Amino acid sequence: MSILDEPSVEGRFGEFGGRFVPETLVPACQELEAAFRDAWTDPTFRAELNQLLSEYAGRPSMLTECHNLGRSLGIRLILKREDLNHTGSHKINNVLGQAMLAKRMGKTRLVAETGAGQHGVASATAAALLGMSCKVYMGAVDVERQSLNVFRMKLLGAEVEAVHSGSRTLKDAVNEAMRDWVATVSETHYCLGSVMGPHPYPWMVREFQRIIGEEAHAQCRELLHGEDPDFVVACVGGGSNAMGIFSGFIDTSTARLIGVEPAGGAAVGRGVPGVVHGMRSYLMQDEYGQVQEAHSISAGLDYPGVGPEHSYLASIGRAEYPTVTDAEVISAFQLMARSEGIIPALECAHAMAWIVREAPKMQGKVVLMNLSGRGDKDVGQMMEILG
Amino acid sequence: METEFRAKREQGRKLLVPYVTGGLTGWQQAIRAAADAGADAIEIGIPFSDPVMDGPIIQEASQRALDAGVTPVSIFEEARELEVGIPLAVMCYYNTIHHAGHERFAYQLVSAGISAAIVPDLPLEESGLWCAAADAAGIETVMLAAPTAPDERLPRIAARSRGFLYSVGLLGVTGERNSLAASATALAKRLKAVTDVPVLVGVGVSNAAQAREACLVADGVIQGASVVRRLMDGGPEAVGEYVAEVRAAITF
Ligand SMILES: Cc1ncc(COP(=O)(O)O)c(C=O)c1O
Repeated sequence: MSILDEPSVEGRFGEFGGRFVPETLVPACQELEAAFRDAWTDPTFRAELNQLLSEYAGRPSMLTECHNLGRSLGIRLILKREDLNHTGSHKINNVLGQAMLAKRMGKTRLVAETGAGQHGVASATAAALLGMSCKVYMGAVDVERQSLNVFRMKLLGAEVEAVHSGSRTLKDAVNEAMRDWVATVSETHYCLGSVMGPHPYPWMVREFQRIIGEEAHAQCRELLHGEDPDFVVACVGGGSNAMGIFSGFIDTSTARLIGVEPAGGAAVGRGVPGVVHGMRSYLMQDEYGQVQEAHSISAGLDYPGVGPEHSYLASIGRAEYPTVTDAEVISAFQLMARSEGIIPALECAHAMAWIVREAPKMQGKVVLMNLSGRGDKDVGQMMEILG
Repeated sequence: METEFRAKREQGRKLLVPYVTGGLTGWQQAIRAAADAGADAIEIGIPFSDPVMDGPIIQEASQRALDAGVTPVSIFEEARELEVGIPLAVMCYYNTIHHAGHERFAYQLVSAGISAAIVPDLPLEESGLWCAAADAAGIETVMLAAPTAPDERLPRIAARSRGFLYSVGLLGVTGERNSLAASATALAKRLKAVTDVPVLVGVGVSNAAQAREACLVADGVIQGASVVRRLMDGGPEAVGEYVAEVRAAITF
């Protein structure tokens, strides 16, 4: 039986997902779903996207085995190098797909939310490449801590608006992007950055990110002489890089799938089902259903919800969602830099932090980690933290 | 609420529904003032952390109320004391209902003396569970129709709407605009052609003149940001004066 399926016609993965949007956006979501279905089964669209992914984004991304860290931790540690993609993270896979689709639908403008700025940079990049205009909403707190990416987006011709409402982080940037979309829906495509939001986004973004897992599965089989890894580990904000890499292993292996959340933004770990941003999923909320603010060192994971398919995978036990603390992340970030010469994004340093902590229980095992992005954007923030 | 609205419409009266953010300083007095000044029902906003259909004014009002510790339950307790003689509706985001539980929330509304609910992020396709609980408890669920809807969708929305039908005035969130969008009257016209449920225009109806313009086609208007701004800037009396001004403008 396959677990990695299309959602139901209502956009549900089990009891999670759906389309809880203002009525104004219902027709837009329906059109997007129809357009995506059409494009995804069109060989010409697929060929054009694949060409962009290889000639522009630099796919396939390679695997790197971390011999130094592997030796000291007593495991075989393999990285999937999404950090080497153009613009520095996995976000480009999804954005190129959505931007091409938006263009095919006759849209001229992209709006996007961003936390760490990686999705914003990728959206600005795709807009520049495809001749579209682009506006990115970013929480005021994140504008502050990811200033390098703010400037990159501006260099790429995008307009960046700091969002001052609510917790002034990713959740509020999503609200503001949705408000923009409600007002501009005829010419604008909302380029959502993760496997979240109303149907068809969680499914569509997974399909665009699934290339990570498909490549990794084939690459692992080759590297491991036909074997699969024992663990597949990724960080989870909205959950797109994790869904991308899990997709290659959910049905085709018995690997344990680990989605690592920040302790201050543990939607699966500390949440109960709720509805925000168009979806029903695990959500951190108070006793009256007010959405709680997440707190994480990493702007990209500072989100109180999670994509609905992760809630589903958690509910059926196919994937696990442990948490790590900011302190564990800071030391994993440094450990990776010093032992392997790789500066990870703070987001995927969460995955590394879990591996370091759990290594004693995984002796001799093969661990595949999705290195979802590079850490250049985080160097300023780390300079302040480490003095 | 629907029976009352239909009867008033029969008599040639246009329907006026001011929106007041629950728990905002002076909100109960504002509701009383609005009722005295000629409102036909009141929409009480339940503050939510993530109000995606609201612009800056109502966002600020919600945030102020949340910062002051207001909860749905505290609003219900205070609503019970209102006794203004016109129907009360709540406007709340779906998570507030989902978190409380559908049946429990419907029961809370009934015991607070509230007759109807408007849930702006609960479109037709997702409304089944809530509507079943609301219907069973006798709570009228007002559906929203938007300018983006294709023709075939409108009768289905109208058929599921109770109380009245909320005709969204423009593409966008709540807030004051300089003029009434052309889409406001256009959609109201399309809706009037497919339903006899009272059609009220809301979102972007920002002053008395715009209310009058909308009422040339629609059965009435909902006034949100323009009321809430007056409550925040001028207090309950300012709300009363404004509602009286709108009432006069829509008395043909
Ligand atoms: C490098 C990197 N990894 C992960 C994430 C989190 O997003 P997701 O959980 O959708 O992969 C971000 C988001 O900004 C990111 O920049």
